[in-house]
Amino acid sequence: MTMTATPSGTVPTTAPPTPPERPRRGNRPARIALHIFLAFTALSFLAPLLWTVYTSLRPYSDTAEHGYFSLPRKLGFENYADAWNQAELMHYYGNTLLVTLPTLLLVLFLSSFVAYAVSRYSWRGNIALLILFTAGNLLPPQAMLTPLYRMYNEIPLPESMSDSLVVYDSYWGIIAIHVAFQMGFCTFVLSNYMKTIPHELTEAAIVDGASVFRQYWQVILPLCRPPLAALATLEFTWVYNDFLWALVLMQTGDKRPITSALGNLQGVYFTNNNLIAAASLLAAIPTLVVYFALQRQFIGGLTLGASKG
Amino acid sequence: MASTELKKSPSAPRGRPRRTRRLSSRDRAVLGLMVGIPALVHIGLVWLPAFGSVLLSFTRWDGIGGFDTIEWAGFDNYRQIFTNYPPFWPALQHNVIWLVFFLLVPTTFGLFLAVQLDKNIKGSRLYQSAIYLPVMLSLAIVGFIWQLVYSPEQGLINNILGRTGQGDLIDWLGDPSLNLWAVLVAASWRHVGYIMILYLAGLKSVDPSLREAAAIDGASSRQAFWHVVFPALRPVNVVVLVVSVIDSLRAFDIVYVINKGTNGLELLSVLVTNNIVGEASRIGYGSALAVILLAISLSFIIPYVRSIFREQR
Repeated sequence: MTMTATPSGTVPTTAPPTPPERPRRGNRPARIALHIFLAFTALSFLAPLLWTVYTSLRPYSDTAEHGYFSLPRKLGFENYADAWNQAELMHYYGNTLLVTLPTLLLVLFLSSFVAYAVSRYSWRGNIALLILFTAGNLLPPQAMLTPLYRMYNEIPLPESMSDSLVVYDSYWGIIAIHVAFQMGFCTFVLSNYMKTIPHELTEAAIVDGASVFRQYWQVILPLCRPPLAALATLEFTWVYNDFLWALVLMQTGDKRPITSALGNLQGVYFTNNNLIAAASLLAAIPTLVVYFALQRQFIGGLTLGASKG
Repeated sequence: MASTELKKSPSAPRGRPRRTRRLSSRDRAVLGLMVGIPALVHIGLVWLPAFGSVLLSFTRWDGIGGFDTIEWAGFDNYRQIFTNYPPFWPALQHNVIWLVFFLLVPTTFGLFLAVQLDKNIKGSRLYQSAIYLPVMLSLAIVGFIWQLVYSPEQGLINNILGRTGQGDLIDWLGDPSLNLWAVLVAASWRHVGYIMILYLAGLKSVDPSLREAAAIDGASSRQAFWHVVFPALRPVNVVVLVVSVIDSLRAFDIVYVINKGTNGLELLSVLVTNNIVGEASRIGYGSALAVILLAISLSFIIPYVRSIFREQR
């Protein structure tokens, strides 16, 4: 990397101090070095995934004979078909949907309720409640795991809701803990956003005699579409990616969502690296769809919580 | 963000609205429900169990018998954990290593990348997209992917290094003196992109005139960064600190899929979980472990939450 041999010696500091708006022309070698560095970094970040894709596309017979680190004789999607059929992955996607969709709706609605009441009205304890929500969201799940597990075993549910007759080992339990936990973050973000909506906007509704709920539903909530879209994207990814709750609070392996089920399926159905690679990528597809289709919302969500902090 | 524009507009009143007295009793009831139901769910499923962990940590209970079989144990569980529970100190040590590593390595690298990518170079978006792609994946899948990468004979790394012969294999995930570091690299692979996004957003919001002023004053870009830009990033630094701490204390999935958190990969979170899903369910014991984890977390959470709400009080 002789190109970077400049007085200060490192790439990042060699660019002249020009205002960031203007595209820089000067110091070409430093620019090229920066590009080489970034391209190398980007490629290293993609390498584990590319390796997984490559492994998944090769038939087991090929890798068994020539090793995994070899040029392909044949590439195909058989591993995907095998992983899909043998482990009945469709079934686990269904479980995931059963958890994720209700969780998303409940989290967004309940958080927007609290955020609305906390940010638009002044009452005793509203800040205290917001603090509790925000701090609760930051706790490690294990801090509450043991009593929660016992609680879930004590609270009865009718057979129509849970074949275990308690909250433990039921979708209700998984949804409930996701909602309770994720509400903290969403309430924090939404209340910060709602605070910035001018009161003039609800003033007119109040003059018209609109109730508290109508002001929320017809004025505030529609204005919150940007943060709601960002939060929905983010929460989908988080809930989809959850591993722990369903592992501990869902005893029946067959009822677990796909992320938690993967651990059990490995070794039973996914007996070689090619199948593991294919199954891992299949399980990652929904989040990759979010990555490609909703990148802006996702990043917006991540930085929304931070911008105010 | 539109929000910042709204905040600056003079029409937005800064003080807290005082409208409560005009509310009808029906409106009050509606508001009560809108707050009450979510608060009940959150407190009942998050804070109540957390508090329950604290209480149960002073008891002995197998969790099978009824509540009347719970015995008071004082500090016995803690005493045993500290003196007579072999995986505890390694687990605590691993958690501390994880925390320090996360605070130093992925954060520094993430900040470094953000600064480079903020220089408005061609293809910046493309580089960003590649680096933050792993953020989308669950830590469980990250565990699977890196098992393929670290596999001793068939893995990417040993094959690149040429260390696949029987004599000189590197068993990245099987060697207890090595596997924690190997896992930290895998976990950082995902964390760097997250940090980078946070810092990129932060850098975009730094007032450009600050940098111009520094440049006019003859500051080098390094000086301008450390004396002008970095201090302006303080809010982001705090968030980065908190997410890094929280993520390292929550670490569980990745070690659990690799080897169930044994043989060099013990973590407090794993020990707590094993006390439930493991064969011997010792509720008091598991709770005491959870309280230790809780105490460490709260020592970071409380100052953070205080700092963000100080201005609002």
